Amino acid sequence: MIRRRPVRWHIAVFLAPAVAVYTAIMIIPLFATLNLSLYNVAGDNRVFVGLANFATLFGDARWSASFWNALGNNAWFFLVHMLVQNPIGVLLAALLSSPRLRMAAFYRTAIFIPTILSFVIVGFVWKLILSPIWGIAPGMLDFVGLKGLFAPWLGKEAYALTTLALVSVWQFVGIPMMLIYAALLSIPDEVLEAAEMDGITGASQFWKIRLPLILPSIGIISILTFVGNFNAFDLIYVAQGALAGPNYATDILGTFLYRTFFGFQLQLGDPHMGATIATAMFGIILVGVCIYLFGIQTRLRRYQF
Amino acid sequence: MTAKTFRIALLTSTLLAGAAAAQDVTLTIESWRNDDLTIWQDKIIPAFESANPGIKVVFAPTAPAEYNAVLNSKLDAGSAGDIITCRPFDASLELFNKGKLADLTDLPGMANFSPVAKSGWSTDDGAKTFCVPMASVIHGYIYNKDAFTELGIEVPKTEAEFFAALDKIKADGTYIPLAMGTNDQWEAATMGYNNIGPNYWKGEEGRLALIAGTQKLTDPQWVAPFAQMAKWKDYLGDGFEAQTYPDSQNLFTLGRAAVYPAGSWEISGFRAQAGFEMGAFYPPVQAEGDECYISDHTDIGIGMNAATPNAEAAKTFLNWVGSTEFAALYANALPGFFPLSNEPVTLEDPLAQEFIGWRGTCQSSIRSTYQILSRGTPNLENETWNASAAVIKGTETPEAAAARLQSGLASWYDPQK
Repeated sequence: MIRRRPVRWHIAVFLAPAVAVYTAIMIIPLFATLNLSLYNVAGDNRVFVGLANFATLFGDARWSASFWNALGNNAWFFLVHMLVQNPIGVLLAALLSSPRLRMAAFYRTAIFIPTILSFVIVGFVWKLILSPIWGIAPGMLDFVGLKGLFAPWLGKEAYALTTLALVSVWQFVGIPMMLIYAALLSIPDEVLEAAEMDGITGASQFWKIRLPLILPSIGIISILTFVGNFNAFDLIYVAQGALAGPNYATDILGTFLYRTFFGFQLQLGDPHMGATIATAMFGIILVGVCIYLFGIQTRLRRYQF
Repeated sequence: MTAKTFRIALLTSTLLAGAAAAQDVTLTIESWRNDDLTIWQDKIIPAFESANPGIKVVFAPTAPAEYNAVLNSKLDAGSAGDIITCRPFDASLELFNKGKLADLTDLPGMANFSPVAKSGWSTDDGAKTFCVPMASVIHGYIYNKDAFTELGIEVPKTEAEFFAALDKIKADGTYIPLAMGTNDQWEAATMGYNNIGPNYWKGEEGRLALIAGTQKLTDPQWVAPFAQMAKWKDYLGDGFEAQTYPDSQNLFTLGRAAVYPAGSWEISGFRAQAGFEMGAFYPPVQAEGDECYISDHTDIGIGMNAATPNAEAAKTFLNWVGSTEFAALYANALPGFFPLSNEPVTLEDPLAQEFIGWRGTCQSSIRSTYQILSRGTPNLENETWNASAAVIKGTETPEAAAARLQSGLASWYDPQK
């Protein structure tokens, strides 16, 4: 007699709460947003307009100018993180993992602390530091004789976005540092010893042995940075308000979505155009993540020890 | 208990309850002004209750930023209070159009208000009014009297005198001539463009012409305020590009700046913080003897929930809000928020009295961007913020800023096409 495998009900039962909650607060709203972007208001009625909202967003000169401006700023925000945050994270991790470094635990903690602070505090504190009136930045630059370098960075169109991106880097550099630090520690000593036997030490050991071994971690960090940056909103909102001044120089998709969806000052909210922008953001992030997953992740070589 | 006694008991209790209800009606007021809670409880409500026995009033404010959302959901759910504090223009107009706010056009107390005062809470054609105007804020300049005495400067009456005074302050170097920054953008539009503008576009005349489409934002009277603001740059503090609204307030109250382009709502805050004597002057006119115009902007109104079961009591209360007694009480409790009623009111705060006194010398108008013109996308008010800040910084010329605003407005507003 063949014994049928019992139906494993417990799996469904244990998964059910998480699936139910996740569906209710993530999946349904996501589809509701996508759905909302296909409607608009005509008179007092909600009517199905198909992709007309997207046509407005990309076809209308004003809407598309705001959209591309926000997307461009987002891309720059991301680029600054990739070029500054991740290399510094790798460098700090490499320094911390050096056995000769003293007080490593202290540095690790000190660098990680900003990550646990709220955006509101970080934005406010940096606004104060950089304030041309009360801030300590002009005074400190003056102290080392570089007062001439000071400018009201958050108020100048050319610098504001980069300044905020660097503030964000300052806050979050602890996360790549910790992830890469963990990856570096997990490299078995045998591998490193073998490298030393072959005469590969110091910097060349880092470039030739350690870096290839931590590449998967760097990949994961990059994609986390990508998703985080393209969803960013808080820091800009705290530091520059919903109008993302000066002259929309710091406007990113998040603040553009907020202004459109909820309305701002006298402007009444437009949920349909807001949902359209949200859908566009979702699409951009989805495409980015897919490129990463299929283009990079699958080609990364993993080493099994 | 037999059925009969039960029925009698039921009947009596219903009657008693009915009698009690007839005796005492409780009105609940929805508001965003949670700062004013004690003033309502200690001064305004007792005055009303003693004059109108049988009506009790409860002031139940919510946080300003949440007010619109909370109020809308309460009105939809039918749980909103009887009296609704109204924001000016579109937010309240939308509630009226949806039938959430009652029509108050025939309320006797409405006779005390001018059409400008009522414009914030009237339909576009002015035929129906749905909230009693409660308070306005007036724009002008607040200045440091000590600084002016010290430097021997007279209060400027004309534009030339204004810039001569600023030059003198700048040459002396003790004070920053003008306390304003462009970081928050709205100050440049609210305390800049809409503060000095009415003198050029002749107040209501220009504002209504813009709405009617007979004037354009590129006309000289609408570009001129930008041209004046472009000159302000030289008189602002170092790094004004990153100077925020609180920064400007602090610069002035700490005595580091001499003139503050102001809204009258600053009065009570400045009173508490400034250690010097303050004065105020209205925006200087172009030439000696010109008619002056001020921005006397309608800011708070009060209306009735259309679904209230206590309509009669609510109307009694709203009528009282339209009276001179309420106006005097409210204005003295909150210096800087001025009653809109036609009846003259004397204020105890000298600075507030100075502001309200301009109503006698100058013509009142409201901010040009608030009625109708900020309904579409791009929103003229927000665009004006951006343009005003850009003009002050010198990144956009007055003409270019005006042209940009005009093309934005024309893109959705038919009379301007």
